[in-house]
Amino acid sequence: MVELSLPKNSKPTKGKAHPAPAGAKNIKRFQVYRYDPDSDANPRIDTYDVDMDTCGPMVLDGLLKIKDEMDATLALRRSCREGICGSCAMNIDGGNTLACLKSIEDCKGDVKVYPLPHMPVVKDLVPDLTHVYAQLASIEPWLKTDTLPPASGERLQSPEERAKLDGLWECILCFCCSTSCPSYWWNGDRYLGPAILLQAARWINDSRDEATGERLDQLEDPFKLYRCHTIMNCTQTCPKGLNPAKAIADIKTKLVERAG
Amino acid sequence: MVNAAKPTSRPLSPHLQVYRLPLAAVLSITHRITGMGLSLGLLLLTWWLTSAAYGPDTYDMALGYIASPLGMLVLLGFSVALFFHLCNGIRHLFWDAGRNFEISQTKRGNIYVIIGTIVLTAAAWLLALA
Repeated sequence: MVELSLPKNSKPTKGKAHPAPAGAKNIKRFQVYRYDPDSDANPRIDTYDVDMDTCGPMVLDGLLKIKDEMDATLALRRSCREGICGSCAMNIDGGNTLACLKSIEDCKGDVKVYPLPHMPVVKDLVPDLTHVYAQLASIEPWLKTDTLPPASGERLQSPEERAKLDGLWECILCFCCSTSCPSYWWNGDRYLGPAILLQAARWINDSRDEATGERLDQLEDPFKLYRCHTIMNCTQTCPKGLNPAKAIADIKTKLVERAG
Repeated sequence: MVNAAKPTSRPLSPHLQVYRLPLAAVLSITHRITGMGLSLGLLLLTWWLTSAAYGPDTYDMALGYIASPLGMLVLLGFSVALFFHLCNGIRHLFWDAGRNFEISQTKRGNIYVIIGTIVLTAAAWLLALA
């Protein structure tokens, strides 16, 4: 359902201001979305004036500095700090990306940090990913076979067959793409969204997988697949430079080819 | 285990309020809006056409409305919507054929669609008014 404005309990209010420590000269202001599940209050936008002379270059460095030195109540997910785990996906400066890969310098004006868009918020920058994980499970993202593996033990691929998985296997499931997609915002209950469809393509294109037909059957649905209207936000926001829109188009092409 | 009782009370994170839509996304929603506009506009054109079937007096009356400044403005809007929908529609045909999915191609496509709309609209009106 298209709902352009936020529900009443979700509208952010003005929050607290945290000034920079005395003597700081090079200051960058962070505006951070805060939500405390233990209070009945609406989410709020807190501001933090960060001393850039003692802060690392990335937005994640800034957020961790805030958590360490200014406000320990801030909650966010992070792990690898080098763009491989996908934990610190959030909306920064109007686009979805990984906080660890986004340079503070590249943010015009204040650094505006929100959780991934149109998601239920657990706390602060932590969205509830239950639904997207359930959608991932629904496409059965593992190798499915009917035949026994060869006596040698391994199912081999030619280099060409392997190359078909490039641009698909690299996905780290950060869900920047799905949560950038207006179609997923309005129909995320039934539309699988770009991240999950890219995963579906990863298995459909795997030469060793023997459930291709079954996988295509499952996707041939007005909502699961065809809510993609080629808006292209997914591809333009992917922090790994992948192309979910193209992967979705490839699935659509395969369905047409199959129909003959 | 996920707490199933809680999610309904959780706030929804901001979306349109904070997302800076790329040009391609703006053109995408414009495609829909112009599509709806064209459906309404066609009713108007049909009315204009039908009026001719009712005889010269009715046609003159209809033409009076259409040729008024407001009528011309509506026609201009209709033609812009038509040519935008046409150009962007052709782009969708390329996408449906699985082509032009790179970011650079998307950005180039944005410009082509906008230029195409302006050029075709200008050409149509120059022809019509010449």
